[in-house]
Amino acid sequence: MTDLATYNFAYLDEQTKRMIRRAILKAIAIPGYQVPFASREMPMPYGWGTGGVQVTAAIIGPEDVLKVIDQGADDTTNAVSIRAFFQKVANVAVTTHTKDATIIQTRHRIPEQKLGAGQVLVYQVPIPEPLRFLEPRETETRKMHALEEYGLMHVKLYEDIARHGRISTTYAYPVKVAGRYVMDPSPTPKFDNPKMHMSEALQLFGAGREKRIYAVPPYTEVVSLDFEDHPFEIQKFEQPCALCGAQGVYLDEVVLDDKGGRMFVCSDTDHCEDRREHGHAGEMLAPNKEAAE
Amino acid sequence: MYVAVKGGEAAINNAHRLLADRRRGDRSLPSVTIEQIVAQLGLAVDRVMAEASLYDRSLAALAIRQSRGDLIEAIFLLRAYRTTLPRFGTSVPVDTANMKIERRVSATYKDLPGGQLLGPTFDYTHRLLDPSLLTDEAVEGPARKDTTGEHAVRVSDILAHEGLIEPDGEFAEDHQAGDLTREPMEFPMSRDLRLQALARGDEGFLLALGYSTQRGYGRNHPFVGEIRIGEVEVELEVAELGFAVSLGRIRITECQMVNQFKGSSKAPPQFTRGYGLVFGQSERKAMSMSLVDRALRAEELGEDIIAPAQDEEFVISHSDNVQATGFVEHLKLPHYVDFQAELALVRKMRSDIEAARKGDRGEMQEAAE
Repeated sequence: MTDLATYNFAYLDEQTKRMIRRAILKAIAIPGYQVPFASREMPMPYGWGTGGVQVTAAIIGPEDVLKVIDQGADDTTNAVSIRAFFQKVANVAVTTHTKDATIIQTRHRIPEQKLGAGQVLVYQVPIPEPLRFLEPRETETRKMHALEEYGLMHVKLYEDIARHGRISTTYAYPVKVAGRYVMDPSPTPKFDNPKMHMSEALQLFGAGREKRIYAVPPYTEVVSLDFEDHPFEIQKFEQPCALCGAQGVYLDEVVLDDKGGRMFVCSDTDHCEDRREHGHAGEMLAPNKEAAE
Repeated sequence: MYVAVKGGEAAINNAHRLLADRRRGDRSLPSVTIEQIVAQLGLAVDRVMAEASLYDRSLAALAIRQSRGDLIEAIFLLRAYRTTLPRFGTSVPVDTANMKIERRVSATYKDLPGGQLLGPTFDYTHRLLDPSLLTDEAVEGPARKDTTGEHAVRVSDILAHEGLIEPDGEFAEDHQAGDLTREPMEFPMSRDLRLQALARGDEGFLLALGYSTQRGYGRNHPFVGEIRIGEVEVELEVAELGFAVSLGRIRITECQMVNQFKGSSKAPPQFTRGYGLVFGQSERKAMSMSLVDRALRAEELGEDIIAPAQDEEFVISHSDNVQATGFVEHLKLPHYVDFQAELALVRKMRSDIEAARKGDRGEMQEAAE
């Protein structure tokens, strides 16, 4: 049983990689369309990024530099685990710097720093079907996409407005890609939706358990659904990051004590660290850098 | 002062180390061997092989040991190994009529060619805890007798002679058996793929669904035509040789459920079938599978679809325990970015309502004055 430990470069066998690449090419050719693919069992649980890992495994080469984030951070446990997986099975260079990475695998965030041409953002997707919570049947939703029948989604958004005075979807906010397919941007906060529009980077989405791959090629129109009188809006934070002072970025709320004390810090840890290295400081950054860590 | 949540890597390594420690347990006791698991926890090994769709007793036992006896975790380990194996070809369909039978019971006939063989079953044991198993007392060997040589005809073949039961399902000449693990699933499924999905489906889930059909949610009036457990030959057709060569024997459980059918505009009244086939010895799984298989044929047989067990997309999408456990358990991963977005929305909506209420109160006061 000693030969059990030998796996191909990036874990998947070459035939499987070719199958996934074909699905990816098809996805790029039809932006926003969910391409079924024969998702493999991966050595991590379904729902923990198996789709993203398969996409990354199919496109990664020895020259690539990989960054993995979860909730915007490089050091959350699942991001650490996936990064360690690729170090082990593909022996590739890894980084936490957004600008140095050629492939960024992400769960729930798009980095704050604008991505450039040649970079690939791989999203981990739990439920790829934007219409799923309106219609549980795959046979129905595929028909709805084929007929471009998205009335149900608009009714849902309208009902939000009628009931709450605003669209109450805050993450996984549906977008229309290249004027055709309504797509789930994965559970990223809607704050990140505008970053997808006309992005220079290639965006690939992998859903392992649901066996779907979809894509947004570079320079593609990505429009968040809205109404003329209720235009799409992103979240705004009232205060800057307490560590780096950044404004107009997505912040995490950190509870400091049990008396309601809290601070807001950048969700994108690399962006925050980079700013601090360049001398930016928020109000709670200790003057002594070591004390902060 | 805020302390950045660092050190995910060290935490993971330490967690793995602690897990290994807990798995090994008390070091003063000998560690359980793979051979012991194979020999003494055989039915656990069978379940892992069946739901991982990989017939290898030692690897299944290794997975059980590695998973500390968590069988779904063991199934997952074995599946993640199986998926990396190359595919040599597709075996010739196993011939269960020529099974080396260890157990064979039929509920539809009192006696039948080949006889009823109870085999190693819990069925008629009294479920009383046995103190003799606290110690390692000697156990007698099994009773033996010579085989009668009588061919144990399949019950479905007996019924087929009279045309009382539908024939085995047939596919077009050029039909290639599908492979659920190599092609994306699409609904509606063909029966071969559906049976594959059921064969690796979670025993508990299929048991509950099968049970629900008995309690009126999609009743299909089942009789156990036959359950047989034993060894069958696995053969592979080798193109260069032009004939099938034996790869060895595997132990399987087969259940043929015989179900009533009133007939429809398309078909005369005759018995229909539900089919269950599982690696190893697992009657519960094979019977549940055949109940669910029959329930899922509702559309094909022109029956009304009124119950969960008859709904293919519902059943097959949720029968895989490795998928289910992964997705349910992923909820423990951090979701704070999305939660933050919800938090902000709830705060905003509450403050809007608060403001509106204050406004109302102001107006009411004005009206009162």
